[in-house]
Amino acid sequence: MNSEAIEPRFRAGDRVEVRESFPIGHVRTPFYIRGKAGVVERLCGIYGNPEELAYARSGLPKQPLYRVRFPQSEIWPDYAGSVADSLDVEIFQHWLEPKL
Amino acid sequence: MISHDHDREDNHHHHSHEHRHPHRQDLDDTLTYYRAMEIALRELLIEKGILTADAIRGQVEDMDRRSPAAGARVVAKAWADPAYKALLLTDGGAACVAVGLDRGPYKLVVVENTPTTHNVIVCTLCSCYPRWLLGLPPDWYKSRNYRSRVVREPRKVLREFGTEIADDVVVRVHDSTADMRYLVLPERPAGTEGWEEERLAQLVTRDSMIGVSRPKSA
Amino acid sequence: MPHDKGSFDPTRGHHDMGGLPAGPIESFEHDYALWEKRVDALMVLLSNKRLMTVDELRRNIEGLGPDAYDQMTYYERWIYAVTQTMIQRGVISVEELGRKIREVQERAGEL
Repeated sequence: MNSEAIEPRFRAGDRVEVRESFPIGHVRTPFYIRGKAGVVERLCGIYGNPEELAYARSGLPKQPLYRVRFPQSEIWPDYAGSVADSLDVEIFQHWLEPKL
Repeated sequence: MISHDHDREDNHHHHSHEHRHPHRQDLDDTLTYYRAMEIALRELLIEKGILTADAIRGQVEDMDRRSPAAGARVVAKAWADPAYKALLLTDGGAACVAVGLDRGPYKLVVVENTPTTHNVIVCTLCSCYPRWLLGLPPDWYKSRNYRSRVVREPRKVLREFGTEIADDVVVRVHDSTADMRYLVLPERPAGTEGWEEERLAQLVTRDSMIGVSRPKSA
Repeated sequence: MPHDKGSFDPTRGHHDMGGLPAGPIESFEHDYALWEKRVDALMVLLSNKRLMTVDELRRNIEGLGPDAYDQMTYYERWIYAVTQTMIQRGVISVEELGRKIREVQERAGEL
């Protein structure tokens, strides 16, 4: 295992949930998606952690980044579009838990 | 084209700020605090040997050269060439390189519009945009109103751009929150069979590659 | 927007606006002024030299606070954030920045 990169935990098709966590500080997980459940659309790659890079730190170990697809109707209680509409968001692994 | 500092967040039309006047490139004459800061920082960096005036000028010119024409070439080739389209959808960076464009500093994800799916791109957190393919983003893309609303009511926002999406078409919004950058591959307009790539590229608009509009008709 | 005590939420940055109510999309677009393009250029060149990252840019913009964020233009926020980053990184000092800004303003006859 490379100490400079975290191993991917999820694969396309996995159901995941975004952690409910509300720190101050630089975060790239939008407020609107916290606590929501979706499906991994793809592993985008392994990238430096922006929460660390923002403070001129190394951003290591690199983190797996996923595109996660959420049904719009899951995110917004009053969503007024098609029930099939989706919102795809890039989310770092440490914000995701498996949704059982 | 008259230019105003209209990219402030508030959409009120008061003009009380000292630099709310039309400013074109050759009328850069009002020294606001921030403009003085830009000059000061630039001069300090040059004095310290960190940057050169030539490098700064060169980078400004490089960005000036970038426009949606690059993205339009990529789209037109994907319309004309199924193998290229397949490459574009699996490895956007390689597809850029294949037509002599920069790979770009970020991984390019290309999302395809079809008769049953319509894609639209946003960066809710700031203004991430495939600049190396489209140039600098328009003000509205960076605006509070677009960033707030397109994730929540995309069909209504698209309607404001004059784009109607049928109920049986799926709308996918892509929030560019991290290291990916996105390009929409619009649907090829009808009546363009046999068109050359250059001719097809004329139909590809910047807004169709963001996903708020459709390309021009044949 | 009213700022009654208790409405400020430190866990939601003012930039983190996805899903919040907002107004109609203005289609107006402005031509970028030369100084704005230079700000963009500074950011790109400094990033290429590993003297800053886009993450630091963002974090410094996010740190501006709601009023500043709304009143400043896009590239005003950028030059603020780039300069803030250069101070944080120790590339420039606060003192030399202050002196140089003053010199620029004097040169322009603004003082």
